[in-house]
Amino acid sequence: MRYAMTMDTRKCVGCSDCVVACQTENNVPLGYCRDWIVEHTAGTYPHLDMELRSERCNQCDNTPCVRTCPTGASHVIEGGIVKVTPEECIGCGACIQACPYDARYFHPDGYVDKCTFCDHRVKKGQTTACVAVCPTKCLTFGDLDDPNSDVSKLLRDRKWKVLAPEAGTKPHVFFLT
Amino acid sequence: MKTRREFIKISAVAAGGIAVLKPALSWSPDFLKKDIEPLDESKAKRYPTFCEVCFWKCAGFTYLNKDGEIQKIIGNDKDPHCNGRFCPRGTGGVGMYYDNDRLKFPQKRVVDGDGTHKFVQISWEEALDTIADNMKDIADKYGPESMALLYHASSGSYFKHLMQAYGSKNIAKPSYAQCLGPREAGFVATYGMGVSSPEPTDIKNTECLVLIGNHVGENMHNGYVQEVADAIERNASIITVDPRFSTIASKSKFWLPIKPATDLALLLSWIHVLIYEELYDKKYVEQYAFGFDELKAHVKNFTPEWAYTKTDIDPKDIRDSAYEMAKASPAVIVHPGRHTTWYGDDTQRTRAIAILNALLGSFGKKGGWYFAEKKSVPHFPSPEYPHPKWTWKDITKKTYKGAGTGISNDLIKASLPENKNEHKVKGWIVVGTNLMTTIPDVETTKRAIENLDFIAVVDTMPMEITGYADILLPECTYLERYDDIRSSQHRIPNIALRMPAANPRWESKPGWWMAKEIANRLGLGDYFAYDSVEEELDWKFKQMGTSLEEMQKIGVKQFDKETDLYLADGEEHYFNTDTGKIELYSLDLEAKGYDPMPKFIEHKQPDSGFYRLIYGRAPMHTFGRTINNPNLTDLMDENKIWVNPKVAKIWGVEAEQEIWLKNQDGKISTFPIKVRITERIRHDSVYMIHGFGNTEKGLSRGYGRGASDSEMITNVKIDPIMGGTGMRENFVTFLLENPHLEENKIENKEAES
Ligand code: SF4
Ligand code: SF4
Ligand code: SF4
Repeated sequence: MRYAMTMDTRKCVGCSDCVVACQTENNVPLGYCRDWIVEHTAGTYPHLDMELRSERCNQCDNTPCVRTCPTGASHVIEGGIVKVTPEECIGCGACIQACPYDARYFHPDGYVDKCTFCDHRVKKGQTTACVAVCPTKCLTFGDLDDPNSDVSKLLRDRKWKVLAPEAGTKPHVFFLT
Repeated sequence: MKTRREFIKISAVAAGGIAVLKPALSWSPDFLKKDIEPLDESKAKRYPTFCEVCFWKCAGFTYLNKDGEIQKIIGNDKDPHCNGRFCPRGTGGVGMYYDNDRLKFPQKRVVDGDGTHKFVQISWEEALDTIADNMKDIADKYGPESMALLYHASSGSYFKHLMQAYGSKNIAKPSYAQCLGPREAGFVATYGMGVSSPEPTDIKNTECLVLIGNHVGENMHNGYVQEVADAIERNASIITVDPRFSTIASKSKFWLPIKPATDLALLLSWIHVLIYEELYDKKYVEQYAFGFDELKAHVKNFTPEWAYTKTDIDPKDIRDSAYEMAKASPAVIVHPGRHTTWYGDDTQRTRAIAILNALLGSFGKKGGWYFAEKKSVPHFPSPEYPHPKWTWKDITKKTYKGAGTGISNDLIKASLPENKNEHKVKGWIVVGTNLMTTIPDVETTKRAIENLDFIAVVDTMPMEITGYADILLPECTYLERYDDIRSSQHRIPNIALRMPAANPRWESKPGWWMAKEIANRLGLGDYFAYDSVEEELDWKFKQMGTSLEEMQKIGVKQFDKETDLYLADGEEHYFNTDTGKIELYSLDLEAKGYDPMPKFIEHKQPDSGFYRLIYGRAPMHTFGRTINNPNLTDLMDENKIWVNPKVAKIWGVEAEQEIWLKNQDGKISTFPIKVRITERIRHDSVYMIHGFGNTEKGLSRGYGRGASDSEMITNVKIDPIMGGTGMRENFVTFLLENPHLEENKIENKEAES
């Protein structure tokens, strides 16, 4: 089992539904977020290109965030999901510094929080809240170890990229281009 | 200067304990703090609803957490408006319920001894009695026709019933003359029927979608956005015409960066190419259309080369995009858009769009336009309405012969002191629409209000309009109330139920209850002959083959379609026009004294140093009504003005710098707005998101965030056919220093001398 997500940049309209759905699903306090939108524009008028991306923790294989965590609060669970145990987290912020994607934030209750791939839903056979809500269906979640899963198929059929591959973190959120 | 109906800032409310603003973030709903464990949906309690954040009205379920508080809203899989997925505004709809700035108690305007106006809290008894008394007075003095209803909220349907029972048909929604009216009139003139909502465009099956100034994806009309995303996945061609590199422009095969206000030149030239290069659907046109030869003669000179001189679009791109449409015909849609009130010739522009669709043979065809069907909702038994002596038609139809419904701005004008004719409007009920931002030319609206005998306002939030009320009624949000049945046109007829998921907070009440209570006080109780709205809804549902009980479980019910979705090949079809055909040449418009075919008119372009003000939407906001929603302001809490880098350089302005706007009439923005420097906008235009820059201090998150586009719209171009208010012929320049400080300085000096 290796969970992964694909994010189709051709379809995403940058609406932020994935952000607000995550907030209401995971009780993320307002003013904070586990996923966010990036808009990238290139060229000069009228010769322009634009990419919209919904970003979140990449649930990396090689995890600088977990390595730097002094208490073991940051850890990897089944399926490659990287999680933080709030009770064990001392809020030192080492993981926030270590993550090349700025995927973690200080929760106002004193611990570090991040995307969990909605493991509480996935456990029950549901998909993540952002995937479930996205009106353009540009987000797909599934098991990379299963060659018939939607994510495996998309990665076979489509061109894709990951963010900051040079960081060597082996990200598991793939951007279809 | 004090006026009779002085505007009252809601924050200055006298009694009733306005909630004290807590420090940052603590306004987030309490459950966000205590319930770290996410909700188990399978065990959670849920109630069906349909969304009220925008007019698309997606159906879903409101989920409660284990403490019985509202936690989240998820779309209903059976609903064709949303297919189980809400848009960001609908998902963030919970914020409307938790917003502590909501209106909490009925209030009335009182004038102190020193002439200051303020609101005081009153009982529901007193509020409803006062409204009924004023309605009686107005009926006695001028006749019930002198009361008007201006509304947008769903509960408006119960107020509409009340007004008609009382004897007035002066009812209007700003969504007609300020938004989609021109396209309705343009399609009625061509096909004998309007477009209506949701648009019956078969995007699901289309091969080519043409969007003119239509920024789908930034406007989040849910099912529409979903089908467009599917079209992108299917590699359907998208052609986008927009002076701004919109989100959808970035996903289009053709982006035509048009010079603003010249769309009709492009449309006429597309028609020219289709006809003169014989690319139109000959069989379809021969069978269904009327006036082809006249049209052909009319567009003879509108070549792409001619259009280039108007639109700045390369003739080759005009031709190639026309070929792209022809190649896809009939699976092609030239979309009519929604907010179509631009330059005053909007009905004619939409006519050109309607004509293009006819030439491409797409109307009534798969991948083009389907024939939608809707379930009619029976009326609960009630006496016949009285017949008013005059209606909105007597004021509007004389001038705007193509108007299809009441025109809000005309009813407003009928309330002005200079209105000397017999059709005067002396009282308003305003339900869920902030007229200060929805109707352009605010000063006229204010003068009209000043001249009213009485105005009652029903709203959930202290929007600017509420400050002008004599009686202000707090409505509970859609998550706390029942409303009338949602029945709308679609591929499959379907209905949806909205029911409360929580008790109304504070003393707020549902609109249906207010309308019924007012009716009782006017002796019109027979028109609301049910004890509870549940009884009324159940009766209606039973006539439709279901029941309230069933609907409370399923939320949405689909019915079998009785008519065909598309026209069969060569099938006979009668269009509801004078000729029974699609009128390329409109006999009706001609008979009413308008151009039977669309003509290109040059519109004003900006003077040097000025930029055309283009406004639009962001996906997380609707009109001005979401700008205080805690969840949605968290996603975007202000608008910015988009400025091309070349323009920014000329002005020496930097990104994020605050500037003030001044329009062609000297109107200066109340608030500054931050600059967003981006290549995505043309050098002769600026762009901002509509709805920000609210002046109401009672909105703790909305007040003074960003600037208001509505405020800058003082030049209104009225559509001569249907009375729509064209709002895109306004130009702004930049003020880099705070102009209001200077004003103050001058005033102070005057005071000193
Ligand atoms: S919900 Fe989907 S379309 Fe909207 S921003 Fe997120 S990923 Fe993009
Ligand atoms: S994205 Fe950042 S937080 Fe997530 S696993 Fe990778 S390094 Fe860790
Ligand atoms: S489109 Fe969005 S805001 Fe409009 S009704 Fe649907 S969910 Fe609500």
